[in-house]
Amino acid sequence: MSTASSHGVSTAAEAPGSDVFVSVRGLKKHFPVTKGMFRRQVGAVRAVDGVSFDIRRGETLALVGESGSGKSTIGRTILQLEKATEGSVVFDGVELVGLAAGELRRTRPRMQMVFQDPHASLNPRMTVSSIIGEPLLEHRTSSSRERQERVEELLRLVGLDPSHANRYPHEFSGGQRQRIGIARAIALNPDFIVCDEPIAALDVSIQAQVVNLMEELQNLLGLTYLFISHDLGMVRHIADRVAVMYLGKIMELADVDSLYAEPLHPYTRALQSSAPVPDPVVEATRVKIILEGDIPSPSHPPPGCPFSTRCPEAVERCRSEVPAWREVAPGHGVACHLVGG
Amino acid sequence: MTSNQPAHGAIEVTDAQPVLRVTDLTTQFDTQDGMVHAVNGVSFELADGEVLGVVGESGSGKSVTMMSLLRLIPMPPGEIVAGEAIFEGRDLLAMDLDELRLVRGGKVGFIFQDPMTSLNPVLTVGYQIMESLRIHQPGRSTELGRQALELLQLVGIPSPEERLRSFPHELSGGMRQRVMIAIALACRPRILVADEPTTALDVTIQAQILELVKRLRRELGMAVIWITHDLGVVAGLVDRVVVMYAGRIVEDAPVDEFYASPQHPYSRGLLASLPSAAVRGQKLVNIEGQPPDMRDRPTSCSFAPRCPHVHDRCHREDPALVAISGTRQLACWWDIDEDSPRVHR
Repeated sequence: MSTASSHGVSTAAEAPGSDVFVSVRGLKKHFPVTKGMFRRQVGAVRAVDGVSFDIRRGETLALVGESGSGKSTIGRTILQLEKATEGSVVFDGVELVGLAAGELRRTRPRMQMVFQDPHASLNPRMTVSSIIGEPLLEHRTSSSRERQERVEELLRLVGLDPSHANRYPHEFSGGQRQRIGIARAIALNPDFIVCDEPIAALDVSIQAQVVNLMEELQNLLGLTYLFISHDLGMVRHIADRVAVMYLGKIMELADVDSLYAEPLHPYTRALQSSAPVPDPVVEATRVKIILEGDIPSPSHPPPGCPFSTRCPEAVERCRSEVPAWREVAPGHGVACHLVGG
Repeated sequence: MTSNQPAHGAIEVTDAQPVLRVTDLTTQFDTQDGMVHAVNGVSFELADGEVLGVVGESGSGKSVTMMSLLRLIPMPPGEIVAGEAIFEGRDLLAMDLDELRLVRGGKVGFIFQDPMTSLNPVLTVGYQIMESLRIHQPGRSTELGRQALELLQLVGIPSPEERLRSFPHELSGGMRQRVMIAIALACRPRILVADEPTTALDVTIQAQILELVKRLRRELGMAVIWITHDLGVVAGLVDRVVVMYAGRIVEDAPVDEFYASPQHPYSRGLLASLPSAAVRGQKLVNIEGQPPDMRDRPTSCSFAPRCPHVHDRCHREDPALVAISGTRQLACWWDIDEDSPRVHR
């Protein structure tokens, strides 16, 4: 697999001296756009367009961005739920792209996913016990009694009553259903979990419960998270490092403190500025960056910097030349012509 | 575009007659699973030109309350059992339906969460704006067309002449929400009711819509009821906050006082559960438990099972919403400042 990329983001913030667990290089996922009765390909939606980053063992890396920025597609492509168009995904030393089906199946228990919508991601006709027990049935050889014990243990672990194991998903609230989704994800003792907007569909008072549970489980089980979210407040709380995405590319990647204290990319600054602050005194005085227009279509990305059409600081060069990925401080990278000269 | 106009104080809110006074509104739904008590005796006032934030989680009754005012809930199974909603001296709940139709979309404009399902997919944007104008102020179509164009300009839609001929699917989510706002503003409403209008939008688009609504409110001087679950959005936009829980208003306060010293344990829990830089690395404060089952008619405080300050009285009596100062109302038996049960009530 080629890891070279003509699209700027070719090298990521290497993490010196830390334990790289998942390494993504030059990853692309293009969905074909077809037309006519022979389904002739007339274009491509460049959902993920050349991204590179590392996830360290035991950390939480957050992917933030607006809808259509490709963050969910990255998560699905890392887990090989989507076939990568180009690039490489190395999981604990093993290249996953192009891995034989049998090998991949042996790796799957180690990487799991928690989905956004706890209503759509649980089969309404299965009991909680069979939902959580299904991965065990699929990947482990255990007796039904062992399985039952494991299900009860998992339910306790996520804060649900084991005596509810024979109930159906509709008998639970949204927050409880997300706990069931988490129990299913950790059933096979995974190392790595892609959390795709796990709290976006939950009420405010329930979000904190689920985030606390996820952090507890991370400490208890030594999990590594890829946390996909658009909620910058929650990302600041849960993440160790943050990658900001726009139109299929990473715009900025840094540890959470530097990203929030010193956002370098104009898009990162606009995104932070757009998030409302729950304090009327601050809101009344702070200067907001209001972006004009909408995110362009990923099937017709603008030439040059993908953000150039909305960037308040864009100059001529931004519209013609794709900015290269530059590391401006250790562990803090950015793709912008105007930063780090 | 950057701006730093203060969010508040743009319009002086006077103590004059409120534009809307709602008293003891009670709405129920007769469902297969039993009677759902969606709204249980809601009372509030809206001053002319005031922006009121209605905060609550799903199922707290915030949308049903506002829909009930214009009788937009499906009846049956819904039923407005009691209450009164005085708008310009008339009770909206007692008015006959033909009159009410002129209020809906006329003096009271509505915008909803999902602009895609609220717009008709087979009619052009221009037609849908003119339709609203035509119902409320009959005129020649060239005149209506001119007004529709002005409305699109007002809500900041680029190349409005072309957009008049566009269909909803040709517009982005943010543009569709702007069209919805244009339709709601078509007849210069005195009240704009906005039901989670930015929840389905990305944050940068949400910021655009919030700026737009602030500008329109300054220019047009209408009152706004903004329904949301997002305490961040409320902080920058509204003059006054009401918090709903289990179909009741539990707290009603000016926005500055609310954020500086929330009084109801539920309000305090909601604000405390927001992540902030200060609590990074610590557990988030959460409100234990789940929202109540709305099929049970409340006979005690609905928040009692989740409340850190619960005591005997909370299980016996449902606290009414009463004034605790000249500007604030609260429905709680606990006195946060004294850290003890309230004595004289």
